[in-house]
Amino acid sequence: MNKFDVKDLNLYYGENHALKGINLPIPERKVTALIGPSGCGKSTLLRTLNRMNDLIENVKITGNVSLDGDDIYQERNVGGLRMKVGMVFQKPNPFPMSIYENVAYGLRAQGIRDKKIIDEAVENALRGAALWDEVSDRLDGHAFGLSGGQQQRLCIARAIAIQPEVILMDEPTSALDPIATHKIEELMEELRKDYTIVIVTHSMNQAKRISDKTAVFWMGELVEHGETAQIFNSPQDERTKGYVNGDFG
Amino acid sequence: MSDVVTVNHAPTAKQSGQVVKALEASANRVDWANHLFKYLFMLSAFIGVFSVGLIGYFLIKEGMPALSYAGVTNFVFGMEWVPPVLFGIAPMIVASLISALGAVVIGVPVALLTAIFLAEVAPKRVADVVRPAVELLAGIPSVVYGFFGLVIIVPMVEKVFNIPAGNTLMAAIIVLAVMILPTVIAISETALRAVPRSYKEGSLALGASPMFTIFKVLLPAARSGILAGVVLGIARAIGETMAIIMVMGNSPAMPRHLLDSARSLTANIAMEMAYATGLHSSALYTTGIVLLVFVMVLNATLLYLNREKAR
Repeated sequence: MNKFDVKDLNLYYGENHALKGINLPIPERKVTALIGPSGCGKSTLLRTLNRMNDLIENVKITGNVSLDGDDIYQERNVGGLRMKVGMVFQKPNPFPMSIYENVAYGLRAQGIRDKKIIDEAVENALRGAALWDEVSDRLDGHAFGLSGGQQQRLCIARAIAIQPEVILMDEPTSALDPIATHKIEELMEELRKDYTIVIVTHSMNQAKRISDKTAVFWMGELVEHGETAQIFNSPQDERTKGYVNGDFG
Repeated sequence: MSDVVTVNHAPTAKQSGQVVKALEASANRVDWANHLFKYLFMLSAFIGVFSVGLIGYFLIKEGMPALSYAGVTNFVFGMEWVPPVLFGIAPMIVASLISALGAVVIGVPVALLTAIFLAEVAPKRVADVVRPAVELLAGIPSVVYGFFGLVIIVPMVEKVFNIPAGNTLMAAIIVLAVMILPTVIAISETALRAVPRSYKEGSLALGASPMFTIFKVLLPAARSGILAGVVLGIARAIGETMAIIMVMGNSPAMPRHLLDSARSLTANIAMEMAYATGLHSSALYTTGIVLLVFVMVLNATLLYLNREKAR
């Protein structure tokens, strides 16, 4: 079952043709890794999936991105789409408020005021992000007091607090040290059971370790996609071969 | 040079003799320019501090006779201004505070919404027209604001409230509210734009609406900058002189309501300085001391508010 279906997607930043005729199915409850050299369009594709590209002026999109069969670019309620499709960014970006308020934010944004409901959601989300044991005694502490890895897990908690179906991750560990990275990867092993995960990563090893499917991008084109093992062990395209062998990129 | 680094070889870390010599010479040189600029920066900073000190010193020196004649209590709380006998400036203090406060109550919400519009809502093309227009507002001389008040606001106040003379606190409040707009808008917009983009993205990515994002994340994050804008706006309103003289009526009696004529601290100094002598003149300097104290209190408030934020 495919969660997303990207069909003939073209994206232009002004004159710059950033995504060229992308066709990519993204399966449900699997981890799909998008890899490729810098500027190849993988982050751009990720941001079309929750329409974050809408924030940039002069973006033109043609083609079709559907979530559970519905074209997300026909959808009027972008907020509703983004509730279903959560996002974790490259640099941990907690809000300048308490740990508790960070996690509660998405619920408050939906007008939920009942403290009991929010308390429960915050605890569940923090447990789900493997952060509860570390912060349960200081929920009112400022989020900036956490380490980088903890902040990133807080951002994951914040995203899963509103029950998304998909989590998009844009190089979620590139700003973290190896131990924090390991914790996030462990967490992703848990999250994959409940969520569809799409991750952009520069680390080939990370893609190999955590993903089921891999899609390789090259200068705005999708050159190859398929089972991760197949992409890394028997790549079909010369460019994929060069990239996964570390010859360039 | 080309014999040292060739295209076919990997570049080596060895520099040619000429380069080495130049670097050695540089390492042994005393860097006079560096010292010179250091002292130039220090001197510039000192000029500002020195001026404040000098202004304070002369205000106090010149204002002392009147202050010791009347006493602090009689001066600050006295209701009658009958120079050179009675020096009570309570009516002026009230007029200055009320007009500045009124200007803030009207001006700040308008300014804040404008700043949000410019920073977050307006398409670039619209913002590029509105922003210069607002900036132009800052460049208009205050005497021209006085004209604007005299020709438009004062008659309007007369008509709306059906009073014989529109030169009132109310007219001053409206003129001042417009005058503080550019200050508060410019500083608030800068503060809003300085909020990291990642906050906004994080909020929108959670499905929050743009308005929720503005009020729950962007405004709180820009709080200290916005407060700085508000305080500067108050300072501008308290210090404004010319426009106020032209629209507030200038009677030195205690105003009983917003539709009374009143005289601000600044107007008191500006209008009587030309002919005042002796104690009377000294009393005008004392009025200046009171103004200075107000501004210091405002700045201290700002420091305090920002310290709270940084905690």
